[in-house]
Amino acid sequence: MKNKFLMSAAATALMVAGVQGLAFAQEKLKIGVVTTLSGPAAVLGQQLRNGLQLAIKDNGGKLGGREVELIVQDDELKPDVAVSKAKALIDRDKVDFVVGPIFSNILVAIMKPVTEGNAFLISPNAGTSNFAGKDCNPNFFVTSYQNDQNHEVMGKYAQDAGFKKVFIMAPNYPAGKDSLAGFKRFYKGELADEVYVPLNQLDYSAELSRIQASGADAVFVFLPGGMGVNFVKQFRQAGLADKVKFLSAFTVDESTLPAQKEAALGFFGGANWAPDLDNPQNKKFVAGYEKEYGGAIPATYAFQAYDAGLLIDGALKATGGKTDNKDALRAALMKAPFTSLRGKFKFNTNHYPIQDFYQVKVVQVGDKFATSIDKKVFTDYADPHAKDCKMK
Amino acid sequence: MSFTLLLIQTLNGLQFGVLLFLIAAGLTLVFGVMDFINLAHGVQYMLGAYLAVMFYAWTGSFVLALILALLAALAFGLLLEFTVFRQLYDRDHLEQVIATFGIIIFLNQGVKVVWGAAPLNLPIPDGLAGVVTLMPGLTYPVWRLVIIASGLIVALILYFLVSQTRVGMLVRAGATHARIVSALGVDIRRLFMIVFGFGTMLAAFAGVMIAPILSVEPGMGDSVLILAFVVIVIGGIGSMRGAFIAALLIGLVDTLGRSFMIDILRLVMPPSPARTVGPAIASMLIYVLMALVLYFRPAGLFPAKGRS
Repeated sequence: MKNKFLMSAAATALMVAGVQGLAFAQEKLKIGVVTTLSGPAAVLGQQLRNGLQLAIKDNGGKLGGREVELIVQDDELKPDVAVSKAKALIDRDKVDFVVGPIFSNILVAIMKPVTEGNAFLISPNAGTSNFAGKDCNPNFFVTSYQNDQNHEVMGKYAQDAGFKKVFIMAPNYPAGKDSLAGFKRFYKGELADEVYVPLNQLDYSAELSRIQASGADAVFVFLPGGMGVNFVKQFRQAGLADKVKFLSAFTVDESTLPAQKEAALGFFGGANWAPDLDNPQNKKFVAGYEKEYGGAIPATYAFQAYDAGLLIDGALKATGGKTDNKDALRAALMKAPFTSLRGKFKFNTNHYPIQDFYQVKVVQVGDKFATSIDKKVFTDYADPHAKDCKMK
Repeated sequence: MSFTLLLIQTLNGLQFGVLLFLIAAGLTLVFGVMDFINLAHGVQYMLGAYLAVMFYAWTGSFVLALILALLAALAFGLLLEFTVFRQLYDRDHLEQVIATFGIIIFLNQGVKVVWGAAPLNLPIPDGLAGVVTLMPGLTYPVWRLVIIASGLIVALILYFLVSQTRVGMLVRAGATHARIVSALGVDIRRLFMIVFGFGTMLAAFAGVMIAPILSVEPGMGDSVLILAFVVIVIGGIGSMRGAFIAALLIGLVDTLGRSFMIDILRLVMPPSPARTVGPAIASMLIYVLMALVLYFRPAGLFPAKGRS
């Protein structure tokens, strides 16, 4: 009884203190998050959310000196669901920023509702070619890459390494075609074959037999998420790993490696970052992420979301925490006033990054697996679509 | 080279077909004998894989994990039968579809809560992880051969059970004349429970066997369920022999189609459109096959006798 009384007294005191605190503080900064948190791709969406949350936590719960209220929405990987949730973020919650999404088809869907709702859309992953080129948008910023670039990295590597015959494969949907087009932009050698598989195919026995029969000296695949987990396992099981070099994009990374494990050891990917990228801010981020999220190693999705948090923080500091003057805020964002985890970072005229790209390789770290920087492939690389963008 | 490729793709098709048979066998039994549409059959396949991963982590032995997973899947299947499905036998098909679809959603979410959304991994047992050289330039993973062999053994056992034993006789009779069997004093509820439990175990067995090849993840049973229905429709509902033939047929048509459709199209059109059209046609092939079978033989290739 006495305890109960004490507790309610303490609670009352806290509430009063809280109310007083609020009266003096600035209004909270509202940030909406649109990400995929259900279905097989949920792992990627969780990385995005975790990365952004960590950025806010590392800044003492604030961005640009303002307390942050994060409103997280699950897009369910369905464009129609994403649109209605993005509209709710704008109309009901009146957010100033929306961070997201993971997938390009969701990005295309939420672009209009968010940017026309006078909020800034910051994509920590999806970066389609249309928004980098002719449909570029002043209220849209990308902290990841343009979708083609990771594939181009692998194409360049395959060309430089002098592979004679490469077997390339991707899912039969727009991003899959863009992927192989990006690879072929830089690889000029012979193609053993170019294969499109149904999206979300799980068993690759038929394709693996074709690879074996084609006599290819390397494969390049774009098989994100569960597709890559299955393909990598089966590729190793078929005994191809010793004979055929494995090049990929979005197929072996920290979101899939917990399931691929040693099956992916020594496989290559193209990326703008890896957990062992050598700079102090990145070391701190990787250690912090592992500590906060049960030992999981962050993937690019988490790091790019962390950078999105830093970008908002830096821009708001430049405007004194104000978001009402959109032109001033846009100019502040454009300067990219933050220290990126990847080191060098600046925005191109189309609001996509100009950055370095690497060939990464899967290595074992203790009892876990991660990608590791193997070789720099592009320096200060801008996407080829920027010339079609009319923004200055 | 082309002949060896054809040979190896035939093996691939056979392996896929055998897997489909393991799933479809339980489905056709439950659908045929109990006239019960169990959409949740696919999640039982998923559950088998998840349970095997869990037991493997505990015991470190694939064989033990397989046995424990089958027993646990059986127990869980019977629990579902007792709590949910039993209430549905006398309802119409639409209600069964809705209720069992609810179970799919519930269990897909359930495994995510228990095991997480990230795909899990079950290693191939030691000694079966390598490849065999069938002929020069033609290697094949041992585990896929193991799947083919185990599927054929299960098919033989099922054939014996259905055609030679008393329970098998009741199952055959139940598939065509459930009311009469019941009127003759057979406890049809108990028969249903045995059939259901057996079907569940077959699906779980398929899940365990494929887990070393595919990643174990929420929703892995959904796509395979559709194929299993295609198999039992082509084979004839309630017919074990039909399910076997249809499963192998689907496995071969799908695999060979995926592998050679582009090459075939290249004979009649330029390579670039062939590459786009090929995969689309290849993934349609099995449904075209189903439509053709339904047109010429509406009851399937091997309709259970007495059923129309």
